[in-house]
This record gives sequence, C-alpha cells and structure tokens, in this order.
Amino acid sequence: MAHHLLFYTLSFLTIACAVLVVVSKNTVNAAMFLLLGLVGVAGLFVMLDAALLAFVLLLVYAGAVVALFLFIIMLLDTTPGSMKPFKTSTIVASAIGAALLMLGFVSLRERAVLPAAAPGGLVNVTLKAYAEQLFTTYLLPVQIVGFMLLIAMLGVIVLSKKLHTPEDAS
Amino acid sequence: MNIGLHEYLMTSALLFALGFFGVLFRKNTLVIYMCLELMLIASTLALVAFSRFNGTLDGNVFVFFILTIAAAEVAVGLAIIVALFRKRHTVQVEELNHLKN
Repeated sequence: MAHHLLFYTLSFLTIACAVLVVVSKNTVNAAMFLLLGLVGVAGLFVMLDAALLAFVLLLVYAGAVVALFLFIIMLLDTTPGSMKPFKTSTIVASAIGAALLMLGFVSLRERAVLPAAAPGGLVNVTLKAYAEQLFTTYLLPVQIVGFMLLIAMLGVIVLSKKLHTPEDAS
Repeated sequence: MNIGLHEYLMTSALLFALGFFGVLFRKNTLVIYMCLELMLIASTLALVAFSRFNGTLDGNVFVFFILTIAAAEVAVGLAIIVALFRKRHTVQVEELNHLKN
C-alpha cells in the first residue's frame, strides 16, 4: 500500500511540475519547476531499484543543467514572454500529436504483453555491476561519448568567442 | 493490484507528451530547451522501467549515455542561445527568422 501511495505521489508531482514548466510565464519559475520535477523522477528511479541513476540524475541535472539554465536566464535578462495566438499549423500538429498519444495509450492498455516484475528485482545493481558493463560490453560507446564531450567543450569555446564579422568592423 | 510496467510507461508517455506540447506552444527558446530536457527525462524513465521489469542492466547503462549526451547538448545549446542573443538581442523564436528572406 505504501508502495502505491509513493508511486502515485511521485508521478503526480512529476506530471504537475511538467505542466507548470510548460505553462509558467516566468522563465525562472519554469526552471525551478523543472528542478522539482527532476526530484520526482529521481524518486521514481529509486522505486525502480536504480538508486545510483537517481543520484547521477540529481547530480547532473539539478547540479549542472538547471544551474546552467538559471545562469543563462540571469545573463540574458529576458522579459516574460506573452502567449501569442497559435498558427493553424501548430494547432494541426498538436491535434495529430494528441491523437497519436491517445492511440499509443489505448494500444498499450489493450494489446501490450509486458513482462511482470522480475522476482525480487534486479539481482545485481551495485556500482561494480555497472562498471563491469561499461568497461566490457559498452567500452566503445564509453570512448565515443568521452570524445563527444571533448568535441562539445571545443564547440562551446568556439561559440562563445567574440566573433569578428565584417559588419562589426565597419 | 501491484504497480506494474504499465503505470511507469503511462507516466513516461505523459511526461514526453508534455515536453512535446511545450516545444510546440512556447515561443521562448530557453523554455523550449527545458521541454526538450523533459522529453529526454521521459525516455530515460521508460528505459529504466523496462530494464527493471526485464531483469537486465542494459537499459540502466543506456541511461548513463543519455545523461552524458543531454549534458553536452545543454552546454552547446545554451552557448548557441547566448551567441544568438548577442547578435539579435532576442530569444523569441518568431523573431529569429533571418534566414527566411
């Protein structure tokens, strides 16, 4: 019973925060609700026996990504944007998206054959098991991701350099 | 009734849909980026749930990669937004139509 209560509380928190991210006029409020929603997702991760991932999620997202967002919001100092009336293409796209989502829900509810919970959960969710997977089966992806982080760092440095265009010189 | 895979997948789908509608409806580039993050989080939630209910660790390892990619993507995207703001003094997408004409 406590399990049920915890699951529904956490998923309600996450969904409510996601709604508030989408609808809030102030960008800072949106970032804060994103942070709260991430806490909810981290709780769901813990319920799924992935406490390490919950920790990493909070570390990377709450520690780095949301802080970066807030920093950029502070730097740009944008006025709260007004909701403009929607174009027809937007309405059509959202209607199609909603229809596809309903179709997905219905087919998931009616037709999906999903595995029941593995008895006793995952046998091996220790840090050692993750490390073993990362350094044997997924060794090449780890190398590629590391290289990609280097490329991203170089890209950010190049992007944030002051560019001298001909317009500026004249 | 136990909490099964269905419930986690429903939460994940709702989260993804909210991110999708946010990308469609909002005009502020920063909020669009936050909604992109919501969609990434929804996919990681689905991966972790599948991994848990299938009794393997592969989904969880993939979530590591997704988190890394998301961090790099946010860094590059925000750098692009700052560069854009320096050039055009706006972050509203409907005003960023310089390539149109």
